Amino acid sequence: MKVHGIPMSTAAMRVFATLHEKDLDFEFVPINMAAGEHKSPAFLSLNPFGQVPAFEDGDLKLFESRAITQYISHTHADKGNQLIYSDPKKMAILSVWMEVEAHHFESASLPLAYELVIKPMFGQATDPADVEANEAKLAKVLDVYEARLAESKYLGGDSFTLADLHHLPNLSYLMESKVKKLFTSRPHVSAWCDDILGRPAWSKVLAMRK
Amino acid sequence: MVVKVYGPITAACPQRVLACLLEVGVDFELIPVDLESGEHKRPEFLLRQPFGQVPAIEDGDFKLFESRAIIRYYAAKHAESGPNLLGSTLEEQAQVDQWLEVEAHNFNEMVYAIVLQLLILPRMGQPTDKALVQNCTEKLAKVLDVYDRRLSTSPFLAGEWFSLADLSHLPGIRYLTEEAGLGNLIRERNHVNSWWITISSRLAWKKVMQLLN
Repeated sequence: MKVHGIPMSTAAMRVFATLHEKDLDFEFVPINMAAGEHKSPAFLSLNPFGQVPAFEDGDLKLFESRAITQYISHTHADKGNQLIYSDPKKMAILSVWMEVEAHHFESASLPLAYELVIKPMFGQATDPADVEANEAKLAKVLDVYEARLAESKYLGGDSFTLADLHHLPNLSYLMESKVKKLFTSRPHVSAWCDDILGRPAWSKVLAMRK
Repeated sequence: MVVKVYGPITAACPQRVLACLLEVGVDFELIPVDLESGEHKRPEFLLRQPFGQVPAIEDGDFKLFESRAIIRYYAAKHAESGPNLLGSTLEEQAQVDQWLEVEAHNFNEMVYAIVLQLLILPRMGQPTDKALVQNCTEKLAKVLDVYDRRLSTSPFLAGEWFSLADLSHLPGIRYLTEEAGLGNLIRERNHVNSWWITISSRLAWKKVMQLLN
């Protein structure tokens, strides 16, 4: 299996986390985004939207991180940690919270991570109005998470699954920023964050950024 | 057991769910939710959908929200008895998932922003941000260029057969063509246009349109 991308991409990290959770061998193919390699014809043949990551498993080519993580989790269900459920109703509930991450959490957290962590890395100025608006949005989402995690140990059910894993990249960036307090001030959310960020597979993903 | 679907027929996400239920032959009861009076933000509704959005479903004791999770559940449940909307192999399923993600992230974001500016805000007496609409329309055009290339190699997004990935686009494209005045984005791209004509001619979608009108 090959993953084309960069270690700091949140979407690529989602895929790396899944591979590490399941102890699967893969080849990381770095893409030189600074040089525009993700818009080159070669890369566009892997992902026509010119975004990272792109993934190959033999003849199968995939893009969209959340499709890739699900493919890996289903295809290698017997390896490493179990990240999905086989029971249809349990899987449906897991899907609900994967959608929640993809729509509600991502739309607030990704702009915040970009403004507060990534832009400063490149010496660019943060937009305070953008931060304020997304902070308010994220706070409302985390209120829902607090209620959910008061009755369920993990978002998708009683075990760690893709519904939790998909949050790790954006979450990890935001814990380096001033909005960390949004997470630490909510007891169930805080405990859940500590739990999932402390997983050995996630440390391996962070080690790839060094 | 009849599935209860909570939400107005006029909203995109309930339409997505109804299209799927009709495709797989599941009986449903549509229970309207009055968005204009804020019914979706009241405590009773928040118990069904904690983000205060439509739709939510109730199937006996089983409750779900998020339209794309709902359609995945029912498509999987009826994969043997009805049209296979998910694919038969892991590789086919991955392709369906891939294009469902594209719909949710690359396509829907732009369509939603346009619908908000052109249709929803004016109804609330608020001004349209024309520059934003223009910006989103240009981005959407580029996304549809990718779709056109994809659909020149296969009749449907995930391959040779109609799947959830195609179905998921029905409500958004309907908005673009019938309410936002942006049908040219579809018509100007041959393969996208043929694909739209094919998928919107399906019996299940026609039934959704009948419910709407």
